[in-house]
Amino acid sequence: MRTPLVRWSVLSVSLALALTSCAKGTGGASAPTPTAGQFNPGATYSGTISAMGFGATDEIGSTRVDLAKKSLGGADVKLVEGDLDIQQFLSSVAAGDPPDLIYANRDQIGTFASRGAITPLTACVQGEQIDTSMYNKDALSQVTFGGEVWAIPEFNQVQITMANADLLKDAGLSIEDVNGSSWDKITAAAKKMLKAPGGKLQVIGYDSKLPEFLPLWAKSLGADLLSADGKTAQLNSPQVVKALEFAVSIYDAQGGFAKVKALRDSADFFGKGNQYAKNALGAMPMEQWYVNVLNDVSPKAPLAFDTFRTPEGKPLAYSSGSSWAIPKGAKNPGAACRFAKTMTLVDTWKAAAQARLDKRKADDKPFTGILTGNVKADAEIEQMLTSGGEPWDSGVKAFYEANKNTFSLPANPADKEFKDAWQGAVNRVLNGQDKPQAALDKAQQDAQKALDEAWAGWTKRTN
Amino acid sequence: MSPSRTRAPRRRTTRFIETRAALLFISPWIIGFLVFTAWPVINSAYLSLTDYDVINDPSYVGFDNYVQLFEDPKVGLALWNTFVFAVLSVPAHLVVALGLALLLNGASKATGFFRTAFFLPKMTPPVAIGILLLLLFNGQDGLINAFLGVFGIDGPAWTTDPNWVKPALVLMNLWTVGSSVVIILAALRGVPQELYDSALVDGAGWWKRTLRITVPMISPTLFFLFIVDSINALQSFTEAYTAFFGAGNTTYSNDAALFYAIYLFQQAFEFLHMGYASALAWLLFIVIMAITGVQFVVTRRFVHYEGGNP
Repeated sequence: MRTPLVRWSVLSVSLALALTSCAKGTGGASAPTPTAGQFNPGATYSGTISAMGFGATDEIGSTRVDLAKKSLGGADVKLVEGDLDIQQFLSSVAAGDPPDLIYANRDQIGTFASRGAITPLTACVQGEQIDTSMYNKDALSQVTFGGEVWAIPEFNQVQITMANADLLKDAGLSIEDVNGSSWDKITAAAKKMLKAPGGKLQVIGYDSKLPEFLPLWAKSLGADLLSADGKTAQLNSPQVVKALEFAVSIYDAQGGFAKVKALRDSADFFGKGNQYAKNALGAMPMEQWYVNVLNDVSPKAPLAFDTFRTPEGKPLAYSSGSSWAIPKGAKNPGAACRFAKTMTLVDTWKAAAQARLDKRKADDKPFTGILTGNVKADAEIEQMLTSGGEPWDSGVKAFYEANKNTFSLPANPADKEFKDAWQGAVNRVLNGQDKPQAALDKAQQDAQKALDEAWAGWTKRTN
Repeated sequence: MSPSRTRAPRRRTTRFIETRAALLFISPWIIGFLVFTAWPVINSAYLSLTDYDVINDPSYVGFDNYVQLFEDPKVGLALWNTFVFAVLSVPAHLVVALGLALLLNGASKATGFFRTAFFLPKMTPPVAIGILLLLLFNGQDGLINAFLGVFGIDGPAWTTDPNWVKPALVLMNLWTVGSSVVIILAALRGVPQELYDSALVDGAGWWKRTLRITVPMISPTLFFLFIVDSINALQSFTEAYTAFFGAGNTTYSNDAALFYAIYLFQQAFEFLHMGYASALAWLLFIVIMAITGVQFVVTRRFVHYEGGNP
């Protein structure tokens, strides 16, 4: 019987099926790759470009945005603040309505490039005559994929050793005991500075900062987690296993990771009640920006700094940071390229550094520097530093030295899976669910499988 | 022509007009359902048969994604974690909600205030609850362990020990028990007073009255909450994700908190395996349907409907 209800139902299902048939991606090659002719240093731009994932929340950001905006010759810039929302970004690309620029972590670039979510910047670099030699080589290699540059490096991050000078002194130790040059000394120092009356941990002697710093511990033994071409995982090499065993043993010597993490989590990391100000942490490797945080919130904290060092005593740091990329289908790639270029020029960084210096001077505080992905800018900014006395001058000196001794992981199309594999392995060991060798063996399998599939996808798309 | 023959077409015409009017009135919902529910559901069934990364066109891979479900050890782990969480959290949620509702029902003053007070935590955004979990259950300085310390109990490492992560999540889930309290309270107010009066005359105490009158009389409500809470538990995501995979811990994670919806989200939006994630979603749908079906069959004889069982 063909009742109206049946007819309506048939119509509804037909409509749903019709809509379903429209569902598809944008197609890997539907948007033309920009040509060098689109990028002209003399061109001026109008309208508005949008940049997703960046907020000009301080003078370093706002000064550079003002200069970059000015360089467009009339076009306005709309900033979509907050960390880059990958889901939102990819959906916008798939829908054909992407922002003109994204501000992403450099380790995300390989994945975006391999999937065709961003455009190569070869034409942009040539057209706008960007001198790529000014960029930090590690930063540039992180955004170079398939022989092309896909993003412009911006900030840089490196690690140094940060310690509580009072706790070191009380234990009869010095910064050399905890800077990584002797792992035996680190273990001994951790035990000496540890305070756990009645089994309740009050002072962490040494925090090896797992899981995030495994690449640093492994590299200090000469091991890379990933081959230079980004195709082969090397997670279960003997050096990586040894590095993990050591870094975990530091926690075990202090009552286990659970206790250390609980105390770490209870600290006011960015405030006056931080672990150093409260004498709750002996030492740890940490990214350089934390020197500025500590100087700002607890200038009287008893600190000691040095670079993180290999067992041979050589400074070492893992370079990571941010970058600018142009999404596929961006409506104004010319203006986007100009904006990214201007944001990272030496003069722009210097102007931003001057603004920071002026502000710090007005607050009667030292200018402790910033690390960028531009080595020429870093050299110029280093000359602008003002002394904050000890220990801050040592801290600043340490991170500039670390910045000259960096390594990084190469761009690859499965960064998230790769990172999840090794971090998952470290976490399973920390949670007591696995032994280092077994955990890393499994991670090796998972990471290699993900890499193989992702590289196969890239090959298929580009052939 | 007989009168019955003339009435029949008229009845059909009236019915057609009424049906058309009804469909027109509900057409905004129908359109919304088709576009925002039916289409994504059908589309996800199609995507589950493809390799799709959001940016590039989906490519048909047959049942490869479903085969992969059975080879992926994390699917089993995530299903197990979710199942254990549901088994612990649903009864805990119901028992606490029933207990609080009984207390509130017995209160003679300020019931409105207490009802609001119990409901208020439900207004907390789930992300904030995830962060709150890390603070309350911190093994070192958390309030929970401080409370246990009063009784000389050395509390566990709730947020790192894989054996205690799920119990912490179950306890934290009680934070949102307020909505169930309000629903049960409404059901309690509907239990006829004469039943209690008769029981009192027969000498029944509070416990017996609760067990023999209250619970059977509100059993349809309890059954409704049982089903809804079970479905919610099986789809649990935000609190665990925030605490162990997202803002609360950017690098540290704990396999014990890897719920099925979290793994699905990771595959879809972190690894961009949208086709595989769609297959995961369909498996979850089938699992929830199966569990709900079993719940309906098994609990049927425990539910009392005043108008008789449907």
